[in-house]
Order: sequence, then structure tokens, then C-alpha cells
Amino acid sequence: MLSFSKSLIASAVAGGCIVCGAAVATVTAKGVEYKDVADMLIAVMVADRTVYTKKVVQRLAAKQKVIKASEHYDDDKALPLPAQMFRFGAEHVADNTDKFSYSLLSLWPINKQNAPRTDAEKAGLKYVADNNGKNYYGEETLGGQKYFTAVYADVAVAKVCASCHNDHKDTPRSDFKVGDVMGGVVIRIPMAN
Amino acid sequence: MSSTAKLWLLWVMVTLVAAAVLLTGMFYGGPSRATLLIGETTSGHHQIELACGACHTTPFAGPEAIEKTCQGCHADELKAAKDSHPLKKFRDPRNVDRLDKLAANKCITCHTEHRADITNPMGVTLPTDYCALCHQDVGKNRPSHEGLAFNTCATAGCHNYHDNRALYEDFLEKHAGEPDVKAKPVVALNTEKIEIEAAGEPLTTAAAADAPAAHRGGADVMSEWLATSHAAAGVNCSGCHAQDQKSAEAIAENWIAKPNHKTCATCHTMETATWLQGKHGMRLADNMLSETAGLYGMFQNRPLTPMRTEFARAPMQSKLPHSELTCTSCHGAHDFNTVKAQTDSCKSCHDDEHTRAYEGSPHHKLWLAESSGAAAKGSGVSCATCHMPRAWMEDESGYEEFLAANHNQNANLRPNEKMIRSVCMNCHGLGFSIDALADKELIKRNFDGRPSARIESIDWVMKRVKERGSK
Repeated sequence: MLSFSKSLIASAVAGGCIVCGAAVATVTAKGVEYKDVADMLIAVMVADRTVYTKKVVQRLAAKQKVIKASEHYDDDKALPLPAQMFRFGAEHVADNTDKFSYSLLSLWPINKQNAPRTDAEKAGLKYVADNNGKNYYGEETLGGQKYFTAVYADVAVAKVCASCHNDHKDTPRSDFKVGDVMGGVVIRIPMAN
Repeated sequence: MSSTAKLWLLWVMVTLVAAAVLLTGMFYGGPSRATLLIGETTSGHHQIELACGACHTTPFAGPEAIEKTCQGCHADELKAAKDSHPLKKFRDPRNVDRLDKLAANKCITCHTEHRADITNPMGVTLPTDYCALCHQDVGKNRPSHEGLAFNTCATAGCHNYHDNRALYEDFLEKHAGEPDVKAKPVVALNTEKIEIEAAGEPLTTAAAADAPAAHRGGADVMSEWLATSHAAAGVNCSGCHAQDQKSAEAIAENWIAKPNHKTCATCHTMETATWLQGKHGMRLADNMLSETAGLYGMFQNRPLTPMRTEFARAPMQSKLPHSELTCTSCHGAHDFNTVKAQTDSCKSCHDDEHTRAYEGSPHHKLWLAESSGAAAKGSGVSCATCHMPRAWMEDESGYEEFLAANHNQNANLRPNEKMIRSVCMNCHGLGFSIDALADKELIKRNFDGRPSARIESIDWVMKRVKERGSK
């Protein structure tokens, strides 16, 4: 079980750790570039994850110590981990729209279902791990539908990111340290044919 | 006309008439419909098999339309079960190649109706090694699973496709080594008081009853009513028999002799909603029509009749043919005795080994002790404790949860591991609960004795914990 019980600056676990595109998006009457849409989406995701991490988890679990954060939040009467909160958001989106989808994946996943599966995911996760601060943008065809696929690095910004992953019984890698890319957010937007 | 020609003409006419009868049966229902079933329905749906429109919403409706009806009835249950394979997982484009192997985004891929010849437990119509289609490499990360047959994943008491709330690894680890019976064996939710919304002033005398003289019950009815929580909450005769009517004239004019479940639903919303989802009430759910209006008035909308014992596939008492199952079948018409409703009412119809073995069983003894006041609230185990347990359930809006007895008996029954967290673990350790539920003979004896089955999942988990610790 991952549990934020220590001094855990749990913090930026989520938020600040995703590298965002900084370029200004161009919105015209014709529409918005796929890349810009993906960058806008990641900005919202990062914002929500950061707010949850800092204003909820860090404040209540690390600072005020009134509640823990736990992978089994329901059984443990605890807060969901920031990464779980992020994933629940992705599931909620999947329930409500097929205009885009996103997931949190890793080359070293605790849950093996979160390993890259498509070529773009594999290339993207490797690219963001090897190229500090850069995002990956590509296209892929899945089930006959063409997608714009963007991958953003997910970096261990706090000690607790690395230690929890390193210590988890199902982790395939246990030498993460602060600053390492631990995975990536994959955003997929179906492209008009 | 030659005799051959006459015979041909007769043949054509008979064929056309027969086709017309069958087609009208198919589209509109009526007596011929029962002969048109394309195969025996599963035990989950047989009660509503003549309401074809419940699943086949329009003639020639495709799989998509049928899928919607599956979700219409089962979505909430799956959500409550924290479904391990939710549809949303398979909506993700990254899993599209998996759908080529198994279209897991459709209920009917695994649960095809009317195919009794290939239907396995839980209504699964796939070969039982379906897990292998996606999890073939499980042995890589779980050496303990190497060499296990894939038809044992969901049949050996270790995993379920949908509901794994009591079976996931960390849960097994957390509850390993628990005693067979806990130090304080009490069903926690049964000790909670359910708050009554909008309760009125208590009614304490028969004189307060507002039934018109023509419909006024005898002294027995009055005393039964006065002893109920209805009277205590200010629910007068008109509360059920003439809802929303104020004056004596209006009550008399709108008097309903036998209010049905819709009346009960006015206050007991969750109880009624869940009852309509289970085998007891599903025939009375909305739009369960055995006949649909049409063909120039020849056919009318006819809802299915209430459930009867002779419709059931489970063994039932033979002395009660033709008694219709409504709310009052179990709760009584005026006394609404919840103690009686939790055991005696069940036994008045059900006649299987498990039911017959209840009397005298350890659970029954505890129930007698609680209901006589000799033991603590929540310490007894009635039929309803396990089969209609209290649960926190979301209302229709999905924003609020309410504590109520879940009257969908199946919500906590199949697969029976569903009971582990909601019921068994209130009093028993996890290992004991898993083993007991895997022992079919022990279930028949209504848990009189100890489990002879041994599910090794907790042992495997603890072995892995030990190996991890030694690294």
C-alpha cells in the first residue's frame, strides 16, 4: 500500500511534475491545432492535480496531519493519492466524451496494465524520459481511427514520489530519485479524416 | 380446381395464418409468445422472458440497443461492485486491439441470452478460459500463477471478472490471520438507526384513524397499525390507501383497497427501487409488458403479473400456488413486522436445503437471541441479514447516499463472494469467509459446521510477503 504518512511534502507529486508546453496557442475561426488542444488539456490537468495535491493532500495529510492519503483510500478512510485522483478524472472523461482520452502510463508501471501498449506510447514515453523538458507529439492509427497523440513527462518532483514507487511491492524499478522521469501523461485526440 | 391445387391452396393459407399468428405474437405478445422463445432464458431473466421489449426494445433492434438495456438494469450494480473491468476501460483507444480478441466493451460478448446449452454459472456463455485472452503472461509477474489453468481464475474462489472487492491482494494481506469469529461479532449497519424523513406526529389511538367507515378495519387491524412505525411516524390510513387526500370525502372517494409497491415507494424509495431490480419484483418494473398495444386495438398494453411461486426455478413450497409476490407478501398488510419479514416470510415460500437447514443453525440461534432481546442489536443473522443486507446506496441523482435494506436479493448473492465484505466480515475473518462460501455442502447445511474447502489465495499472498521481506 502506498501511504503518505511521513513528513511527505507530497506536494507537487502531481502538479508541478508534468512538463507543460509553453508556446502560445493559436485559436482561429477555423479551429485550434491538435497540438494546442493537447497543451491546453494538459494545462488543466496539471492545474487540477496541483491544486488537489497542495490544497488537499499536502495540507491535510502532510501539514495538518488530520488524514492520511492511501492507495486503498476507501478501506483506509483516507484521501486518494494524487495519481489516483488524476486517473479517476480520466475515467470520468471516458464516461462522458469520446472527443479525447488520457492516461497516466509508465515504462516502469506498478500496475502492469499501465505499461505502454501502442508504438506511439512506447516512443513517446521513451522520448520524454530521454529528452528533459520536451514533449512528444505524434500520430497513430488505432482500430481504423487516426489519433493525435501527445506525451508529457511525469517527473518525481518530491522525495515521496520516488520512495513510494521504489518501495511498492509491484514496482519493476526501485532506484527512482527526485528529478527522474517516472512516466508520462498520454493525451489522445481523434483526428478528422 | 384439382384436388392437388386445393391442397396447395390450403397449405398456403394455413402457412399464412400460422405466420400471422406467430408474427403478431412476436410483435404484440399475447398467448402465442411463450412458444416463440428462441431458447431457454437464464435464471436471471426467466421471470421477464415474455416481456421481450425489456431487452429487444424495438423489432430488429441491434446489439447496441440491447447493450443499452443491459446497462439500464445492471449499471448501478456494477458501479457498486467497483467493477474490475468497467466499460470505460475498453473505450480507451489504447485497448482497441484487445477488443479484437474479446469485445469486452459489450455485455453480450460474455452473456448471451437464450443459449442454455452454453451457459455457465453467472450467465457466462464464453469458454471458461477467457481470462487468457488478455492475461496470458500473468505468470511473469506472479510466479505462483505459472502453470495454472486459465479456466480456474474465476472458478477457484480467487478472482471474479466484475466484483473483486474482497479478493484483491492488498485486502487479502491486510486481513490475513483473522480469527474465524471476531471478538465482537455484530453486523455494524444493523445497529444504526435509519432516520425517517418528514415524520409526522405519532398516532396512538384507533380514533385517530382516518379510514372511512366503509373501509375501516377491525380491532386487529387497528392494533397492528398502532404498533407499527407507520403510526409512530404519523402515517394514517390515508397515507397508503388515499395518498395526498385531506378531507374525509376525498379519502372515501379515492380509497385504494390494496395499495401496491408504487405507494410504498413514496416513502421507501430505495427499498422499492432495489426490489424491482431483484427476482422478487422485477416483473413489476416499468415497461415489463407481456403484450403491447397495437394492430387496431386487438392488443393492449399488459404488464407482467407479479411473481408467483410456481414461476420460480428455485425450490418453493407447494402449498402456496398462485400467491402473488408484492411488498405485503413479506411485510404483511398492516403489521409490517420486520422481524417476521426477515425469516418467516422467506421460509413461507422458499423450500431448498439451505433454507430448511436455517432453523437450528448457529445463525438462527443468534437471530433468536437478538429478536428476543437477549442479545445485542446486530448480533443475530436472519435470512435478510445476508440476502437483503443494509447498504449505503446512491439515489437516482447519484449525489447522495442513503442507508436502506437492499431488496435486490441478487445484489449480494452471485457470485457469493459479494457477501464477504457486506456481511460475513462483520463477524468472521476473511479466510474463514472465503472458505465457507466455497464449500457448497456447508452452504446447504446453512453454515452448521466448519468449512472443508480451502482457498489458498491468502496463503499465496503471505508467501509473497515473506519472500519480499527476506529480500
